[in-house]
Amino acid sequence: MTTTTEPTVAPMVGIPRRELRDRLRDLIPRLVLAPSFALMLVFVYGFNLWTLLLSFTNSKAFTNLNLVGLANYQKLWTWTFQADPPSNWYTALVNMGLFGGLYVAFCLFLGLTLAILLDQKIRGEGILRPIYLYPLALSFIVTGTAWKLFLDPRIGLEKAVHDLGWSSFHFDWVVNPRMMIYCVAIAGVWQTSGFVMAMFLAALRGIDSEILKAAQIDGASAYATYRRIVIPIMRPVFMSALIILTHMAIKSYDLVLSVTGKNPGGAAELPSTFMYSYTFTRNQMAVGSTSAVIMLMTIAAIMIPYLYSELREKHQ
Amino acid sequence: MMFRTMLMAGAMAVGALGISGASAADNKEVQMLHWWTSGGEAAALNVLKQYLAKEGYAWKDVPVAGGGGEAAMTTLKAMVAGGNPPTASQILGYFALDYAEAGKLADVSPLAEKEGWAKVIPTALQKFTTTSGKWNAVPINIHSVNWIWVNKPLMDKIGGKQPTNFDEFVVLLDKAKAAGAIPLALGGQPWQEATMFDSVVMSTGGTDFYKKAFIDLDERALKSETMKKSFDNLAKLRGYVDPNYAGRDWNLATAMVIKGDALLQVMGDWAKGEFKTADKEPGRDYLCYRFPGTDGTVIYNTDMFALFDVSADRKAAQLALADATMNPDVQSGFNVIKGSVPARTDVPDTAFDMCGKKGIADVKAANAKGTFVGSLAQNYAQPPAIGTGAYHDVVTKFFHGEIKTSNDAVAELVKAIDAAK
Repeated sequence: MTTTTEPTVAPMVGIPRRELRDRLRDLIPRLVLAPSFALMLVFVYGFNLWTLLLSFTNSKAFTNLNLVGLANYQKLWTWTFQADPPSNWYTALVNMGLFGGLYVAFCLFLGLTLAILLDQKIRGEGILRPIYLYPLALSFIVTGTAWKLFLDPRIGLEKAVHDLGWSSFHFDWVVNPRMMIYCVAIAGVWQTSGFVMAMFLAALRGIDSEILKAAQIDGASAYATYRRIVIPIMRPVFMSALIILTHMAIKSYDLVLSVTGKNPGGAAELPSTFMYSYTFTRNQMAVGSTSAVIMLMTIAAIMIPYLYSELREKHQ
Repeated sequence: MMFRTMLMAGAMAVGALGISGASAADNKEVQMLHWWTSGGEAAALNVLKQYLAKEGYAWKDVPVAGGGGEAAMTTLKAMVAGGNPPTASQILGYFALDYAEAGKLADVSPLAEKEGWAKVIPTALQKFTTTSGKWNAVPINIHSVNWIWVNKPLMDKIGGKQPTNFDEFVVLLDKAKAAGAIPLALGGQPWQEATMFDSVVMSTGGTDFYKKAFIDLDERALKSETMKKSFDNLAKLRGYVDPNYAGRDWNLATAMVIKGDALLQVMGDWAKGEFKTADKEPGRDYLCYRFPGTDGTVIYNTDMFALFDVSADRKAAQLALADATMNPDVQSGFNVIKGSVPARTDVPDTAFDMCGKKGIADVKAANAKGTFVGSLAQNYAQPPAIGTGAYHDVVTKFFHGEIKTSNDAVAELVKAIDAAK
């Protein structure tokens, strides 16, 4: 790596006896970081570029380098607006919006609510906290399968309620292709909101109690304290939670497959499943790569301005 | 790396056979990539393993993370691209041709000619085992998708009889509905719906139409009234499934028939394995009919072993594997357990149950009559971009009501196929 072999311009060049030690001290972090940096460079950014290249080819089952210009992008662009009957890409985008929006919003809301309630110095917090956090220890495929069975009208929730005597109860979202994506969101929220809660709880515990006492003395209600003081202080945590949730939503793949059961009616498509199926099962690798590039660009378009504004504020 | 494998191979040969000296030692190991891991499948594969063991060849499974066929294909791609292919790999349809065209497969034509494979393997199937006259894959079995599996006690209870065309099929389903049973057990997943539609098209339009539309992709046939009628017939079947069918796995649908909740399932003959596991006897507990109106035709898919272009010391083991796979006894033993029928038409049917016997006779007859055709849903009529891609999409969207009329469906089908070409 060039970064490690470059002679370090140490700030204390003027003192020759100490030079070696200082140089070494400066070098060690770089040396330690170099392998992971190199791996990232090749396996993340290198393959990003490779995918970008493939998206301009007509690769099918195997990669090839026959350039076809923007043909694949044009294909996806037309599919973006093909709503009746919905193209797979259109469905994927709509579902991404629905699933991503609901997942992030509900996780943040539930996570914050649970954290605030747990922060009221209640008894048994030590037991409750891990209970809420536990779902995160499951893999998404387990969560998905469990929720699929739980929501299945023939054996799960609907049948249980019928057995209890409420026979007009009807809940068949998981077998209704149009409603399936909401079930994916339910399963996702169940899995992750405990984790978001833990993040918020840690932040709540980190708030200086002097500030809260001052607010109390000023006569602020509990609601006003949270609304005007606590939540604004936790802004960086919101950002971390948002970033984590957004990328989990975008990359979620096993969850949607396990809840929906292999995409009936093509109604449970997400960009990630679209990318995988075109690349690996439909032998249209170029189209798959194109969708991957579009996903990356979309994320970048959202995250870069946000990160930029957040980081700049910190510097000021 | 190369050196080390050769050294190991040498050491093994020396250890096993006591040969010493400088003679080039053959590697007596068959490296096999496959995803037959469930009980019945593994037992079937054991027949082949034991045969090879008797010949003095060791069997080594190539591990696949994640199980299923898709993961295996990804592993295979990586192995071949890395220049370290397995001796052979279980492979489906056009994937074999992809590797053959890329020049990654071995040529076992001399063995094929000596054993006369071309005469005993159904002609249509040889499209996948040969490229430009060279043999580079061996088929181990033939599955076919145009079967219906009927719960016999339920059939007797409603007084149904074997339907011979689509209209009679609908009458039978109505009878089951009137009796309060679920007429049709279906898993609402794209591949299952498309697999059923293969049979519906065959039943509605006949073999010539099926070939024209799905093998030749003739646009007139794809847009024809017959194709529209096929979609309309598929829509009729939608009225006979239970409300919770969407997303159900195929084996759960089979279980509904086994338990008697549902009258019948349209599924490939791998469904027989489920009946067998549940200790059900054909003729006593369940019935196997060809999909009504498709008797005499076989819509097939097959499992093959693609033989990769391996280093010279591994060739002997590869030939032994190919020879063993095509051995009539192995074919019989394997397929009796797997529930499929032998890939060669001259294997005696004595060891098979009544469904297997019918399957063997059907394959033989269909091959002679030219009614042995590849399943589009299983990617044996067209490459996956069209089969798994365009076809599954349109059929499942139609079945779930995203595409509303059969007129739209045929238009979408043509459009999707064009986009996938």
